[in-house]
Amino acid sequence: MSASNTVAIIDYGSGNLHSARKAFERAAQESGAGSTITVTSDPDAVAKADRIVLPGVGAFADCRHGLDATTGMVEALQEAVIAKGRPFLGICVGMQLLATRGLEHVTTQGLDWIGGDVVALKPSDAALKVPHMGWNTITLNRPHPVFDGLATGDKGLHAYFVHSYHLSAAAPASVLATADYGGTVTAVVGRDNMIGTQFHPEKSQKLGLGLIGNFLRWAP
Amino acid sequence: MLKCRVIPCLDVKDGRVVKGVNFVDLRDAGDPVESAIAYDAAGADELCFLDITASHENRGTILDVVQRTAEACFMPLTVGGGVRTTDDIRKLLLAGADKVSINTAAVFNRDFVREAAEKFGSQCIVVAIDTKRVGDGQWEIFTHGGRKPTGIDAVAYAREVEALGAGEILLTSMDRDGTRSGFDIDVTRTIADAVKIPLIASGGVGNLDHLVGGIRDGHASAVLAASIFHFGEFTIRQAKDHMAAAGLAVRND
Repeated sequence: MSASNTVAIIDYGSGNLHSARKAFERAAQESGAGSTITVTSDPDAVAKADRIVLPGVGAFADCRHGLDATTGMVEALQEAVIAKGRPFLGICVGMQLLATRGLEHVTTQGLDWIGGDVVALKPSDAALKVPHMGWNTITLNRPHPVFDGLATGDKGLHAYFVHSYHLSAAAPASVLATADYGGTVTAVVGRDNMIGTQFHPEKSQKLGLGLIGNFLRWAP
Repeated sequence: MLKCRVIPCLDVKDGRVVKGVNFVDLRDAGDPVESAIAYDAAGADELCFLDITASHENRGTILDVVQRTAEACFMPLTVGGGVRTTDDIRKLLLAGADKVSINTAAVFNRDFVREAAEKFGSQCIVVAIDTKRVGDGQWEIFTHGGRKPTGIDAVAYAREVEALGAGEILLTSMDRDGTRSGFDIDVTRTIADAVKIPLIASGGVGNLDHLVGGIRDGHASAVLAASIFHFGEFTIRQAKDHMAAAGLAVRND
């Protein structure tokens, strides 16, 4: 199966991907997906991959510029994810990039795969700190294969978040899961063959490795 | 809801774990990677490595420790100690650290905090603040393991590094560090309430009630401790059960 289950984690200069690769390798092994994980900045490798992962840390505009700086990368993403319908996972700012626009510091165009803007978190309780940093539970709006077998809700497993902005989706149907932090925070978005998590599955122990394992076997 | 975090801190010297008592008497307590794996399995919310000899010695050993830890632990890892340049930060992040803690270099060059936050994002820049009480309701920044006063007011400094882009504050009371008499709740609460970013309380934990106090009374978002965990006095689970019994929201996945 490994020959037909290649996973490209896109390296566009946003953060360390070594531990992310290790988490995907561990999940591939534990879930029996047997995927081959590569970290790559080569658009051709992305266009050919069976599954695409777009990580991202830091500011929205920096990530967008980083993506644009690799000639052909956005086109490769369009080809793999939109034209070919390959399963796609965006993580943290890699998830936020799915939006129409990011409003962090400056207005920046996103990939516009999920309609909406990335806006500042404004918890209703002034005592709540920003960034929203640490472990929070998530509530599913509807079942999704990447959450198969994973306990969610108040008593469920926790996800590791660290962010000051979140994706405010234009269509409620785009939001697959939320977290509560002085109001509703978008935790997971998705449609068709794409999902994005605001939290870091590669840092989220049980929930994270389980979600990655499900993603590696997901057949949208 | 968001849970408060329990963070074991491993002081690392020459690739081995030590725990300084008031940063002076050092005891060797094992392999940091083995400890990290054990804490990951035990349900620690994050891990912290403090390279206490980084200013004087080769940093290669900590990079190796960080890399091997990141390969085995899928949880957030903060590394501090001797971080003075953006190149230091880059190396630690590339080795697998999620956050880097800046201490002395930020005191003497505030612009370093801004530069680091702009380059790598606020989410990975922790500013470590070592304080001592110098008067009623007054705390001053100390450097060099608490030996050198700076004349800088701790509360004003915390606000300043927040404005410069720090994503989190790691606050250590040098009056309490190594004493096992509990956090300095006054300074913890004063600074936690003065900033909008999360604060990790550190210095002085001797029992599980102290962890509760740091969150409930000190308004910290996370509590950091070393010796009570390292020498097997309490497990992470016991700590969290104790905190849960006191009404705090903790993660027990």
